[in-house]
Formats: sequence, structure tokens, C-alpha cells
Amino acid sequence: MTTNPIDSVFQNKDQKLLNVYFTAGFPTLEDTTKILKSLDETDVDFVEIGMPFSDPVADGPTIQESNDVALNNGISIDKLFEQLGTVKGEIKTPIILMGYLNPVMQYGIEKFCQNCVEVGVSGIIIPDLPMQDYLRQFKQLFESYGLYNIFLISPQTSEERIKLIDEHSNGFIYMVSSASITGAKADISNSQEAYFNRVNSMGLKNPRLIGFGISNNETFEKACQYAKGAIIGSAFIKALRKSTNIDHTVKEFISGIKNN
Amino acid sequence: MKTLEKYSVDQYGFYGKFGGAYVPEMLYPNVEELKNNYLSILNEDSFKKEFDDLLSKYVGRPTPLYFASRLSEKYQTKVYLKREDLCHTGAHKVNNTIGQILLAKRLGKKRIIAETGAGQHGVATATVCALMGLPCVVYMGEVDIARQRPNVERMKILGAEVIPATSGSKTLKDATNEAMRHWINNPVDTHYIIGSVVGPHPYPDMVARFQSVISEEIIKQLSNDFGIKHPDYVIACVGGGSNAAGAFYHYMNNESVKLIAAEAAGLGNDTGKSAATTQLGKEGILHGSRTLLMQTPDGQVIEPYSISAGLDYPGIGPIHAHLFDSGRAEFISVKDEEAMLAGIELSRLEGIIPAIETSHALSVLSKKKFGKNEVVVINLSGRGDKDLDTYIKWGKY
Ligand SMILES: Cc1ncc(COP(=O)(O)O)c(C=O)c1O
Repeated sequence: MTTNPIDSVFQNKDQKLLNVYFTAGFPTLEDTTKILKSLDETDVDFVEIGMPFSDPVADGPTIQESNDVALNNGISIDKLFEQLGTVKGEIKTPIILMGYLNPVMQYGIEKFCQNCVEVGVSGIIIPDLPMQDYLRQFKQLFESYGLYNIFLISPQTSEERIKLIDEHSNGFIYMVSSASITGAKADISNSQEAYFNRVNSMGLKNPRLIGFGISNNETFEKACQYAKGAIIGSAFIKALRKSTNIDHTVKEFISGIKNN
Repeated sequence: MKTLEKYSVDQYGFYGKFGGAYVPEMLYPNVEELKNNYLSILNEDSFKKEFDDLLSKYVGRPTPLYFASRLSEKYQTKVYLKREDLCHTGAHKVNNTIGQILLAKRLGKKRIIAETGAGQHGVATATVCALMGLPCVVYMGEVDIARQRPNVERMKILGAEVIPATSGSKTLKDATNEAMRHWINNPVDTHYIIGSVVGPHPYPDMVARFQSVISEEIIKQLSNDFGIKHPDYVIACVGGGSNAAGAFYHYMNNESVKLIAAEAAGLGNDTGKSAATTQLGKEGILHGSRTLLMQTPDGQVIEPYSISAGLDYPGIGPIHAHLFDSGRAEFISVKDEEAMLAGIELSRLEGIIPAIETSHALSVLSKKKFGKNEVVVINLSGRGDKDLDTYIKWGKY
């Protein structure tokens, strides 16, 4: 069995890992591959590509709006796979797809897995996929295709459940920084610190990346004190929204996060 | 005993293949807390007593079961109307909000949020929040705010904060998204009072239980007041399906009672402007449950259309998806115009101006032939005061 590229990243580097989220088909339909290539030229460690949905309940206004724009632009899972197919083999950074269950289910889960492998996707995040459904219908399939399923935990997740999630996770655990939807303000507070420390003391087998509310160098650095790295989404989408030169915007944004 | 369970929720929260709790991890603990507590709380004697007391002394239950003689004459059958329109606040919605706020208090919750379409659920929620002294936030689509103005003002008078949902179709589905997001952001002290038999388990079952008082009363009233053992038909409109679930509840396993659900077909099921989920939807996931859902082949949710804000929803509760799938209930599509005419007809024949949602159920009388001696119970889910603007705009009376 070959190593999943997500594991290779953690094997080579064990701190300040940066995972950047963007929405497929946003700001224009053809920007998906442009953004991906530009990110790949930076030292970003993972890219997470959002598969837009009409009703993204876990997302704040910024990502919601990018979903609407992308859907109006004509993005679909099919179209995304087609786009990723055109850059297949060129991208070294591990790609993770993130999206809600309904579009994936309508696409067909087996066909989805086949195409993920075909275009070089390494991991999947489906925030509204229940653990029971994953275990019953998805796990075996994901494993047979070598795809990693990444679960979320939040400050309200019980220790017992965190252990269960850890047991069934691969790659890393997505540690949601606060009780919130994406894009909410994160100023790491005492109670968040306690939550991060509590999780860190549990001896989990999977590393964690902290996401939600990480927006700049300061919050990134802070999050990295409590986990292997962090995930940035809304702040990057905001930068892209205003962009007149995608490549320039991407590089400027990433250097702003990484070395300040 | 086996058949009794056929249409109830199973231990995993499913009705057949529909239901479940498809929520992001950030909502998992909230939903789990409800799931682990709702049955034991509902079964507490003190809860039952408080619920029953409020239903009788505050809501005005039991609501009458009224034999509509002129309507019966017209359609040559025996029509009985279950008068949920006479509930305090004007619709069945309050049965559920009373139940949920008592539950929220027992769970130690300090604030209430809700979504609303027609505004009836929003008003019913604002009402019980005023009654219990809890702060209340109601999300309502911008489109619905415009077409249900009186209810917006009622909520404000009752002290609720009404927040417009400005995303997507700006109707009930989007108000529900916003309420769920609010709940994610406020997971500990806030209870989300969902207004229909939709959402993640245990909501559909919990709301159906609170609304089941409707069929419990129908059974008693038919028997005591009219000497009728059971009706031949029970008819109700379905948006998410809470009034229908309540009217069907105790008849679900009595197959000699036929169940009819009226869905809103807007301008027609072939026009792209409809909300008739069973006719246009397929299996999917929205707002935390697996159900029938109007969607594109790519799995994007389609924005529905109905003249009636309370039926303008792209899904139906999982219990109804199961009743449809199993053939237990018949689903009939009713267009805007047909519903409006049925509303006017009830006004003229019986002196009752119904909510436009309810008018969809009434329209079934003109779409299906019933026998002269058949007993047809129609759940009159609400009154038409809130819809005056729509009646006036429509104008044909
Ligand atoms: C009077 C009335 N009937 C029916 C409905 C539809 O809801 P449900 O299908 O949950 O009964 C509404 C919703 O607002 C309503 O106000």
C-alpha cells in the first residue's frame, strides 16, 4: 500500500502546517486550477477545495456567498473533477475535498471515490456525514480507494466521542476552534486554550489542525502553539473576492500568513 | 404490536429509510442532548400536567370538531373540520411551541431561536417566550417578511427579535439555515424550536408527539359527539408536515382510515414553480434529515414556489417521505388558484376564512370524490387573518 500524501506531509514536518481552503469555481469558474497552481508554488502544506452547496449550514456569510457565486458560475462536482483532471500530476500539495453530503450522495459515492483517485485527491471532509453512516456505507469504500476521511471536533465534543472519532480518522483531525460557523472571529481565549490543551493531553493517534477563525499571521501562529498547524478559509476567500490578479493575490496572502 | 411500530421512528431516528441526524459535528452535542432527554422529559408527570394545563387554559384546547353541513351538502359527503384555527395565535403551531419551551426550560436553556415561513410558527414561538420570559430570536426569509407583514409585527409586539434571512431564495429553507447557524454559534444556552416535523432526529418525532393531541382529540370527539368509530379519511396540508403528522398520528396504524396529504403545487408541477415535494423530489439530505427533496441532478436544492409561505419548502418531514414511499398516505398536488378558491368557498359556506396553507387541504374536496356516507375529517390548521394581503392581491372574491 502506498503512503497517503497527507501522512507524508506530517512525516516530513511537524509544526506550523498550513492548510488553505478555497471554493471551487470562485471567483470565476476557471479560477479553480489557477488558484490551485499558485498555491502549489507556495509552501502551503495542504489545499482544501470546497465543493459548493446551495445550503451550507456550517458556513458563515463569506463562504456561503462564494458557494452561491460558484454555483451561478456553473460549478458542479463533475466540472471540478474535469478541472482537476487538467492539472493532474502537476500538483505536489495534497488535495482534500470538502463538501456537504447531498451533492456527493447524488453524484454517487463509488463514482466519487473513483474520480478522486483518478485526479489525485487524498482526503475528504463531509461535515454532515454522521459517524454511523460513514462506518456502514463509506469506510470500506474510502479505504479501498486509499482516501482519507477527516472528521471535525468542536469545543462541545465529549472526550468519549473524540476518542471514537480519533479511532476512525485518518490523516488528521479538524479541530474547530470555537463553537461557531466558518469565518467567525477567533481571538484565542482562555476557554479555547483549555479545550486545545484538553485535547492535546488525550494522547490521540491523529494530529490536529485548528480551523475556523484563523485569518492572519497572528492567529495562525497562535493556533500553531496548540496543534500541528491550522486551516484558513474565509480570510483567503475574502482576498480572492477582491483579486484582480489571482497569482499575485495567492502569493501575497500566503506570505502574509507564513512570514511576518 | 409489530404493525404499531411500522410508521413510528426507530431507535436510530429513522422512518423506513428516511430521517436520521445529518448534522455537522458542531451541532452533534445539541442534538444528542435532546435525543437523550426528550422522551424521559415528555413522560414526566409534571411535564404532562404543565403541558395539558397550558393547552387547555392558555391555548383553548380541545379545539372543536365541527360538522360542516353546508360544505358537506355541496360535496355530498360528511365533512368534519378540526378547528386548529381556533387555537390561541391562530394555528396548530402553538401545540408544538408550548411543548418545546417546557422542554427547553427543563434542559436549563436561557434563550430561544426559531425559523418561520408564514410567521405562524414565529408568532407561536414569540408567544410562548413572552409567556415564559425567555428572549426570542426568529429568522424569517426576506420574501416572507414582505408577504406576511402582520405576523412580523405580531412577533415584534410580543418582544421577539425578527432577523431577515437574506441568502438563497429568502424563504423558509433559508430561514432554517440561518437558525441552524445561530444554534451552532450558541450551542450551550440556546434551544432551537423547530416549527415542523423536519430537522435532525429527534425533532420530527418530538414535534409529531406534541401535535398528536390533534388526532387524540379527533378520536374522542368523533366517538363522543357523533358516535363515529373512526373516519374514512383524514386530510391535511403538508409544508414540513406538522399539522398533518398530528392529525394522522393516532390513525397511522389503523389502515381503515385513509390519509391524504395536500401539497402545494404553485403554478403547476410542470411549470418550475411548485413546492410539491413528493412529485418533484428525490431522496436527499437537507436540514439534518434524509428525506424527499426538490433538487437538481447535481444535488443542489431547488428553490420552491407556493403562494402560501407556510408550504414554500423544498422538502417534507421524513415521516411523510415514509408515508408516501410506503403508500400509506396519498399525496395530492393543489395549485395556488385551486387553494384560493377553496379558501373563498369555506368563507362563504361556513363563515370561516382559512389560512392559505389550510386551503390546500380544503381543495382536496373538489379533486377527489368521496362517498355520501363517508366521514372526511379535514384538519383546519389555521385561520386566514395573516393572509388578508394575499387574498386582497388575488382579488377574486
Ligand atoms: C396554518 C398553517 N398550516 C400549515 C402550515 C404548514 O406547516 P406544517 O406542514 O408543518 O403543518 C403552516 C406553516 O406556517 C401554517 O401556518
